[in-house]
Amino acid sequence: MALHFELVTPARLVRSDDVHMVVVPGSEGEFGVLEGHAPFMSTIRDGAIKIYKTENGQPEEIQVQGGFAEVSAAGLTVLAEHVAE
Amino acid sequence: MASLKELKGRINSVKSTQKITKAKQMVAAAKLRKAQSAAEAARPYALRLGKVMGSLAGKVAGQDNAPKLMRGTGSDQRHLLVVVNTDKGLCGGLNSNLVKEAKLQARALAAAGKDVSFYLVGKKGRAPIKRDFPSQIAENFDTSTVRTPGFVEAEAIASQLIAMFEAGKFDVAHLVYPTFKSALAQDPTTVQLIPVPAPTTAADTGAVVEYEPGEEEILDELLPRYVKTQLFGALLEREASEQGASMNAMDNATRNAGELIQKLTIQYNRSRQAAITTELIEIIAGAEAL
Repeated sequence: MALHFELVTPARLVRSDDVHMVVVPGSEGEFGVLEGHAPFMSTIRDGAIKIYKTENGQPEEIQVQGGFAEVSAAGLTVLAEHVAE
Repeated sequence: MASLKELKGRINSVKSTQKITKAKQMVAAAKLRKAQSAAEAARPYALRLGKVMGSLAGKVAGQDNAPKLMRGTGSDQRHLLVVVNTDKGLCGGLNSNLVKEAKLQARALAAAGKDVSFYLVGKKGRAPIKRDFPSQIAENFDTSTVRTPGFVEAEAIASQLIAMFEAGKFDVAHLVYPTFKSALAQDPTTVQLIPVPAPTTAADTGAVVEYEPGEEEILDELLPRYVKTQLFGALLEREASEQGASMNAMDNATRNAGELIQKLTIQYNRSRQAAITTELIEIIAGAEAL
């Protein structure tokens, strides 16, 4: 069970990992993405992306600004304009 | 024949020129590496954004309610050429090639009966384009105030362009910029910027994708971002091209200076020998006369 997660900014590819779950701050509410999520696309608001490496592990947080998230069969791609790590 | 002193002076001046060109070459080589890695780092974002655009635009394309940035104004009478030039010279034929390409496009459009205007990014395109199209330069964008133009500048250019588009100043915008192929080759390229061209990739598998908030809202937000990314990419390519071309030009100049020094040195030595021979002949002739 792994979700392929990618976080990209105009300047670079910040993260490209297989993770358990990612919680994304969508513009109409936060949503969590697990493997096998239905195709989905949303704009995101400024906030923190929470990355759960394992099922019960502590989430890792990355602050993002402006952008959107796309879930496809290949995994989750977050395109953000600015990222603060 | 130049005197020995003159020759010496010329050799020295060529030598100091060579020092300058050599230093500039090394600076360009170092900067090129940086610019190249920046351009490479930016590629994933552009690639993915393009893919997302493709899948989304495939669904909205052709509909009447597609966003204006995609649909266009409905006419294609007024064209805007966004020409990305460098701010500094000493980079061989890069800028003149860009200007040539821009003029070519402008002439082709003008021949088709369209109105053409220019939006110039970077200093070096201004003078040559102004010479041929004195009244058609709509706007200049100065990137010389920052050391390496980044996303902030791309954002500023994009928002200005979109504002102009929305104010109805032009119908179609083309972007002319150098694509960096290698340190030896930078080709001027023209792409359509606004309206955003419908992607050529066919709409994907047809899986039902859910949109939040809605397709159009997302596309509305996405299109300006796409324009920004294109401009950012052009700026990065420009940076890499500038350094590559500069490195190449300076390498040639250094080599040329080396050749010149060699030639002058030979000439200098020959004249010196000739002078010595003449002097000797004079002394010997004097001694024999006694």
